[in-house]
Amino acid sequence: MSADTYPPQSYFAAGYGPRAWFLTTDHKRVAWLYLVALTAFFFIGGAMAVVMRLELATPQGDVLTADVYNRMFSIHGIIMVWFFLVPSIPATLGNFLLPLMLGAKDLAFPRLNLASWYVFAFGSLFTLFAVIAGGVDTGWTFYTPLSSLYSDSYVSAAAFGVFIVGFSTIMTGINFIVSVHKLRAPGLTWFRLPIFVWTMYATALVMVLATPVLAASLILIVLERVFGIGVFNPELGGDPLLFQHLFWFYSHPAVYIMILPGMGVVSEILPCFARRPLFGYRAVALSSMAIAVFGFLVWGHHMFVSGQSAYAGVVFSFLSFLVAIPSAIKVFNWTLTLRKGHITFDTPMLYALGFLGLFTFGGLAGLFVASLAVDVHLHDTYFVVAHFHYIMVGGMVTAYMGGLHFWWPKMTGRMYSELWGRIAAVTTFIGFNLTFFPQYVLGYLGMPRRYHAYPAEFAFWHVLSSTGAVVLAIGYVMPFFYLGWSLLRGSAAPANPWRASGLEWQTASPPPQHNFARTPTVTEGPYAYPEPEDER
Amino acid sequence: MSERTQSEAFAAPRRELAADTFGMWIFLASEAMLFGALLLVFLAARIAYPQAFAAASGHLSLPLGTANTVVLITSSFTMALAHVFADAGRWRGATAGLAATGALGLVFLAVKGYEYRSEYLEGLAPVLGAPFRYEGPAPANAELFFNLYFTMTALHAAHLLGGIAVVGFVLARWRRTAAAGRLRRVTATGLYWHFVDVVWIFLFPVLYLIDR
Repeated sequence: MSADTYPPQSYFAAGYGPRAWFLTTDHKRVAWLYLVALTAFFFIGGAMAVVMRLELATPQGDVLTADVYNRMFSIHGIIMVWFFLVPSIPATLGNFLLPLMLGAKDLAFPRLNLASWYVFAFGSLFTLFAVIAGGVDTGWTFYTPLSSLYSDSYVSAAAFGVFIVGFSTIMTGINFIVSVHKLRAPGLTWFRLPIFVWTMYATALVMVLATPVLAASLILIVLERVFGIGVFNPELGGDPLLFQHLFWFYSHPAVYIMILPGMGVVSEILPCFARRPLFGYRAVALSSMAIAVFGFLVWGHHMFVSGQSAYAGVVFSFLSFLVAIPSAIKVFNWTLTLRKGHITFDTPMLYALGFLGLFTFGGLAGLFVASLAVDVHLHDTYFVVAHFHYIMVGGMVTAYMGGLHFWWPKMTGRMYSELWGRIAAVTTFIGFNLTFFPQYVLGYLGMPRRYHAYPAEFAFWHVLSSTGAVVLAIGYVMPFFYLGWSLLRGSAAPANPWRASGLEWQTASPPPQHNFARTPTVTEGPYAYPEPEDER
Repeated sequence: MSERTQSEAFAAPRRELAADTFGMWIFLASEAMLFGALLLVFLAARIAYPQAFAAASGHLSLPLGTANTVVLITSSFTMALAHVFADAGRWRGATAGLAATGALGLVFLAVKGYEYRSEYLEGLAPVLGAPFRYEGPAPANAELFFNLYFTMTALHAAHLLGGIAVVGFVLARWRRTAAAGRLRRVTATGLYWHFVDVVWIFLFPVLYLIDR
């Protein structure tokens, strides 16, 4: 990339050397630092998934030993959850867009923002070291007493790395909350904020309040392994189940860290390509907050068969059903946004529509596993694996790709190949369903998760799933090439290629270093697209 | 404009002060969840083994724990003074308050270290390989009590050490900090310091005063 390819006022022009990137406090550049790191982790974690699907293509264990397979799915989970999904949209698109959408020059704490990336890099590389040294075989959930008393793998090192990455999550969360409160442009009231900002705010709240509980449980695991403090050891009167309570008190809200940002992205894309204002704006905004709050009250639904009391199970089941209400509010409102719209199927829209279907499908499966009696049958089977992959991959990763394509012209000042974009979007949709729909069937038929070998009668569905994984992998690799090409050779993007509303589109592509030539004043709500009545 | 803000995002120092203070409150909410989780773990164990925990609690040094409580509350007072002085622009008083606060924090750590030492010599600490020696009812459950005691107080001490380091950093950079920056730093450091103090106000009765 040479210096003369970008207009002098763009944020790229501030410098092209390593100092300009690694010592920057510009939120747009920090977003790029995260994007590069997360892309690397996405492909590492994805490669592990491909190896696992290769193993599962035949009933007998032939590619990996049982022990290596255990380490493989553990580190796949650890990388994908903590080093990709949790930071994915917030740290990349959120970092880039939040100040632009607020009409601000930067986040409230620019240096903290850069520090969060270094903390992330240190913690995640430390965990990678644990993987290279020998790996972890406990699953990403670190359940005791396996993780505390029995496992001889690198549990302490991996837990320490995740603990460190937690700090970067909290830093991002604090930065976002304070920025939304203190840096809104004149006239930008709370109910004029785009839904993307609302979901970032809700996500940040969960990040700040849930992550420390994960920190506490990881500290206790490490102390248990190093000093034998006994808090999860029945010999001293400790309780292994207590770990599950602590872990899911974090990890269930964390599931909403991994979906709320995706909901925010889709809420920006759908109105733009349907040329309609978002239907039920306030309901969608407040349902994000409701999801964040309910998320803290449902952790026990991971423990229906762990021996918690039946009364606790009933209460947690009921509360889990409540989460369906704000989720359904969103889905219905997104669908009604499309009504009478002038829909075009550009790449971001294809991803957003894919999200709509896959999220609904995964969410409805959530109702199955939230039902006490049904969950006894489905617990720890591939049904659960399919359920959360529909939400996290079908939902979150699809939204992430959609958002990346939607805002790519803004971030880079370049257009990408629309044809290749559509091909990749359709490929991932087909590949995803081919990979994970068979897993619903497998789970329902009784195939337990986390086994590297299985009875021959499951082979048909496993082969389908493994085939789908290859298609899905191709779908994810394609953007790497055509987006890379666009970065080097793409045609210049106008300020607003999609004719979208929103402050971020009112500045140049790529934006100038301080985002806006002068601080914008906001006089209307978001999604200023024509109402259906206007065109009668 | 004579006064500069540290972050380019803010137009005026007052706004940045408000944002810094708000950010610190959010951070403290996060910290409260960290200590809250550990208090919950302790609570679960205490409800399960009330007698063993009450008896084990009696082995902690009440005089030293009380003395440390007084030291820490006094340090919060000097920190509050530092903030009052900084707000009034009386820099000499502010630095004196900060220095006293840091010194009292060190006193707390010294007393805590002495306490740890005697408990270690008694055989109550979960140090690598050292046998646990305890004459009392339900020694296994008592061991759990002491391990939780060490975990929670050590985490608190680590936070206090962090607070002392920050106070030292603010003092070391004092001359090179503009007036607005001084007030922001004293305000944020003060909030954090008071929080660490409040954590101790919870830990002291929960750990030391179970059955006295």
